[in-house]
Amino acid sequence: MSATAMPEPSGHFPSPLRGGVRGGAEGTAEFNPAPPPPPAPPRKGEESDVGASGYNFAYLDEGTKRMIRRAILKGIAVPGYQVPFASREMPMPYGWGTGGVQVTAAILGRSDVLKVIDQGADDTTNAVSIRRFFAKTSGVATTTRTTEATVIQTRHRIPETPLTEGQTLVYQVPIPEPLRYLEPRETETRQLHALAEYGAMHVKLYEDISRHGHIATTYAYPVEVAGRYVMDPSPTPKFDNPKMDDCPALQLFGAGRERRIYAVPPYTRVRSLDFEDHPFRVQEFTHPCALCGAEGVYLDEVLLDDAGKRMFVCSDTDHCEGRRADGHVGTGDAI
Amino acid sequence: MLAPGFADPVHDAQATFRAVMDALARPGLPRPLTPGLTPPAPLTPELAAVALTLTDADTPVWLDAGLAAAPAVAAYLRFHTGAPLTEDPAEAAFALISDPARCPPLGAFAPGTPAYPDTSTTLVFALETITAGEGLCLTGPGIRGTARVALAPLPEGFVAQLAENRAGFPLGVDLILTAPGRVAGLPRSTVVTEA
Repeated sequence: MSATAMPEPSGHFPSPLRGGVRGGAEGTAEFNPAPPPPPAPPRKGEESDVGASGYNFAYLDEGTKRMIRRAILKGIAVPGYQVPFASREMPMPYGWGTGGVQVTAAILGRSDVLKVIDQGADDTTNAVSIRRFFAKTSGVATTTRTTEATVIQTRHRIPETPLTEGQTLVYQVPIPEPLRYLEPRETETRQLHALAEYGAMHVKLYEDISRHGHIATTYAYPVEVAGRYVMDPSPTPKFDNPKMDDCPALQLFGAGRERRIYAVPPYTRVRSLDFEDHPFRVQEFTHPCALCGAEGVYLDEVLLDDAGKRMFVCSDTDHCEGRRADGHVGTGDAI
Repeated sequence: MLAPGFADPVHDAQATFRAVMDALARPGLPRPLTPGLTPPAPLTPELAAVALTLTDADTPVWLDAGLAAAPAVAAYLRFHTGAPLTEDPAEAAFALISDPARCPPLGAFAPGTPAYPDTSTTLVFALETITAGEGLCLTGPGIRGTARVALAPLPEGFVAQLAENRAGFPLGVDLILTAPGRVAGLPRSTVVTEA
């Protein structure tokens, strides 16, 4: 496994989702674009692998890592339950993935290969800056290929390539509490989870049906984990919800501003909430990817000009590049 | 003289944590754990590795009778972790158990509260053997279908205690099981039955 060259950030697509990347280039200004120097060999009796930039391995101090690691273990033991943790200030603003970054920093080891995606893409601002952050502070190998990665930090997509047992998927979460927009008080939502009282969530989905004729929630679609806790899958499109169910990879969720960590162990039942007469359905796309011709994948709409010309392409850039390298070709047509 | 801690505190702790994380994420599947520690007996290298990786001043630690009877163990843990030692198992964040056959009932430890089930005790056992593919039947999150694991030695009525622990879910204790060179996990979410 070798590190692949990191592409320069091309333009990124502003996100309409809460907690999304809102800034422009200033968020990445502090990250040196130069490739990180190879880590120095550890000297005996000294904290090893203090990065060339003077940070401990993977930025966080060991006490903070211990605290986060304990929270991760509790999260794994109680799937879907939000474990409070003492979130630290990170050298990036809230909303840029401070929770995911802390979880990644706590689990990352020298032999890991890290991939970071932002809305499925490896080459957008948030993904590039976080990947460089860890390349610089830990010296771990990075990749854009899903199959090569052992740790994948994601903002709001699950890769199209099925994940495997050796992998850990780390989600950046803006609002971890699925009931927050129904009940603003944390003291109350704690009680609702303790009592497994999720009626309000079903009422919300029912109101969708009564207003729109179908469940109109398209992202952050609530799921029930292992038959107990209702969990926010982070603002991934509901298209990705079925991938969480019985997934061979470990899924960890970090919310930095809200100070919560939660987890879904491998091979765990993750059920999207629905009704017998309105079963859960994912989005469907009428056209295949214009670049690689893939069907049954999540597509991004890309505007091409002021006249409203647009095309639909894979949101997962690695999946799309892999298919094109294998000779798959889309129509290239704008719609 | 006090035995040393991890030769490489950052990466040895990370490797131990990843082994424990994988063990709890895939209950009953043992992971290799070779910490290279030489703690005072009856503290085993694997127990010591888990303690050095996960405990600090924020986590009261309870020692079983065998460990508590050896002052060198308390001195070792105090020096390397700074964790306060407690005599009340219900107050402990972690419990280290060197003699599993004489472990107090699981109900003696903290199960957490309904609003905060994470405020429970994590028990770390030093077993003699962990053998995958035979013995107890495990199902639940992290397990594809069914897993089998044989653990020895165990206290009387342990499976019944585990069933009671599971019945209280999401409350309950989590078990980190170590044996020479390996670690396995038994989180509260796992249903354990005799084969």
